[in-house]
Amino acid sequence: MKTKSPPAPLKTLLKARTGIRGLDEITGGGLPAGRPTLICGSAGCGKTLLSMEFLVRGAAQYNEPGVFMAFEETGQELTENVAALGFDLPKLVAAKKLLLDHVHVDRSEFEETGEYDLEGLFIRLGYAIDSIKAKRVVLDTIEGLFAGLPNQGIVRAELRRLFRWLKDKGVTVIMTGERGEGTLTRYGLEEYVSDCVISLDHRVVDQVTTRRIRVVKYRGTTHGTNEYPFLIEKDGMSIWPITSAQLEHNASDERIGTGIERLDTMLGGKGFYRGSSILLSGTAGTGKTNVSATIADAACRRGERCLFFSFEESPSQLIRNMSTIGLDLSQWVKKGRLHFETVRPFHYGLEMHLARAIKAIKEFDPQVVVIDPISGLDTTGTNLEVRAAVMRLLDYLKQQGITVILTHLKTGDGLQERADAAISSLVDTWIVLRDIESNGELNRSLHVIKSRGMSHSNQVREFVLTNNGIKLTDVYIGPSGMLTGSARLAQEARERAELASIKEEAGRQQAALECKRAALEGQIAALRAEFSIEEATVTRIVNMDKQREASLALDMAAMGRSRQQDVNKNNGAHAHRNGSRRH
Amino acid sequence: MPEAAVARRPAPRPIDRYDLWLYVAGPGPKSVAAFRNLELLCEEHLAGSYEIRVIDLLKHPELAQKDQIVAVPTLVRNLPSPTRKVVGNLSNTERVLASLDLQPRGADPFAPRKGGTHAG
Repeated sequence: MKTKSPPAPLKTLLKARTGIRGLDEITGGGLPAGRPTLICGSAGCGKTLLSMEFLVRGAAQYNEPGVFMAFEETGQELTENVAALGFDLPKLVAAKKLLLDHVHVDRSEFEETGEYDLEGLFIRLGYAIDSIKAKRVVLDTIEGLFAGLPNQGIVRAELRRLFRWLKDKGVTVIMTGERGEGTLTRYGLEEYVSDCVISLDHRVVDQVTTRRIRVVKYRGTTHGTNEYPFLIEKDGMSIWPITSAQLEHNASDERIGTGIERLDTMLGGKGFYRGSSILLSGTAGTGKTNVSATIADAACRRGERCLFFSFEESPSQLIRNMSTIGLDLSQWVKKGRLHFETVRPFHYGLEMHLARAIKAIKEFDPQVVVIDPISGLDTTGTNLEVRAAVMRLLDYLKQQGITVILTHLKTGDGLQERADAAISSLVDTWIVLRDIESNGELNRSLHVIKSRGMSHSNQVREFVLTNNGIKLTDVYIGPSGMLTGSARLAQEARERAELASIKEEAGRQQAALECKRAALEGQIAALRAEFSIEEATVTRIVNMDKQREASLALDMAAMGRSRQQDVNKNNGAHAHRNGSRRH
Repeated sequence: MPEAAVARRPAPRPIDRYDLWLYVAGPGPKSVAAFRNLELLCEEHLAGSYEIRVIDLLKHPELAQKDQIVAVPTLVRNLPSPTRKVVGNLSNTERVLASLDLQPRGADPFAPRKGGTHAG
């Protein structure tokens, strides 16, 4: 036997990329090429737009011309409807990359007078495909045939034949279908399409609409099975899947300053890690916005771009308010380094906020993002939803290496604390700002609860807003507890006074000592003086005595000479000599 | 069947002239039956004042879009206006006549209807 031939490579499903942001990710590369896909959903959920974008992007990006066969709208209506999404259909039509065909089926015109089939439709579609060498076809929505033709038996038989024929032609087909009662489509179109079924949905919860997309079935491929939110905006459709089932972003070693010197010191001396996420939480008025604006200002000073999402204040209000603590944010706006995105939280659903945020981030490409406050989103969904959305946003930012500052407004009740804790587990650094009420005044404090990957200070700092920015000072810790504000100032004054009095006392004692020393030295001087007087006296007496002795000796010698006295040899000779000399 | 055959008759009164286009897809049995049924019907009810044009979409596929044809055979009455469309092989004479606003000649509109279906 010869060796076994290597196994034939597995034939994988070819896919036609849609080019729609996010859709290719959740379908693992696009729709099944050369096969039909059913897109179903209720009225107004975006079926037509998705289909049209599939064709437009196919024509513009993948060089795959497409035929749009519309059973509901005319070419003119379609062109106008999608112009709002930035799709220039007439241009594509002129370039023979797109062909619009409006199939008008009116039941009143369809008087059946005997046998017929839908060969006319086949010819029509076939001609359209051949005339621009189309690779993609959209039938929107082919259910128009059921409504227009009285004999459903014929329609069903012909549809089955149509899809076989389209498969033979090798074109990738999207057909759309209206949602039915308890079924995916009203006319059971799913029975003709076994390869890929995508369901669109839009739900209104608390008066806010969220669009969602789900891949119901995709034969021969793995696909995301969740419902994903999607947006229809002025540049088309975009889906934001959870991109981070895995945690595989790179962690940066680079540190960035916070713009508050002592906060940098508290964070291991160097500030945040680039690409980390920072949560500033605190009750109202604790200075969350001030801190985040200072961080934003510091980023702009470094020449970076900062995107500031404000859910509470308008840009001009923020700029004005921050100027009171010495931050000139308008200069950064002018230089294009700072950009504000302001919208009221209740204006959109949570998913919409998330999607808009990511879109804005993609467009502005910032190094630092501020979301003030992330708790503004709390009203847009349940805790679980908010947490999931924030996690997705943070993961996205992590992947992009963008540093994010989230502020979180605590209202103080138990539930809120829990939500706080839930979000805090997602962030790398958690800084808590607090109000401290004592002695009839409110003061602010700041401490770092956690900061992953650095040795951070465990100290509580008093946090003071000045005309020149934020200052952090040590709080006074004394026997009566922590003191801040004027209590701290008073305590400091007391301490200064005490210190002064101690100093004074020491001075006094020193002076006394000096005095003593002076007195002592005076006494010494007096004694010395007395001594020197005595010494002089003594010296004089000694001298006088010597003189007296000498003169006495002379006298003696003179007397001896006069008496002719023989004298002691030693003394006499001397005396004699002396005497003889004097004589 | 004759391709793009045109059966012409002199039209004495242009206002009452019927301009009928029959769209078919190739010379299949449905096409043949439709043309035969149409001719019989016109001879009986519109003798001398009709014009039939047969269009084979396989030869002129571009007309399917232009003239909004989905099913074949389709008979389109272009004149007199308004345009009317009838689908099928035209074997149900009564329905064809009703759709084209033609009462069977000599028939009493109030008389009870009789079955008038030819074999397809």
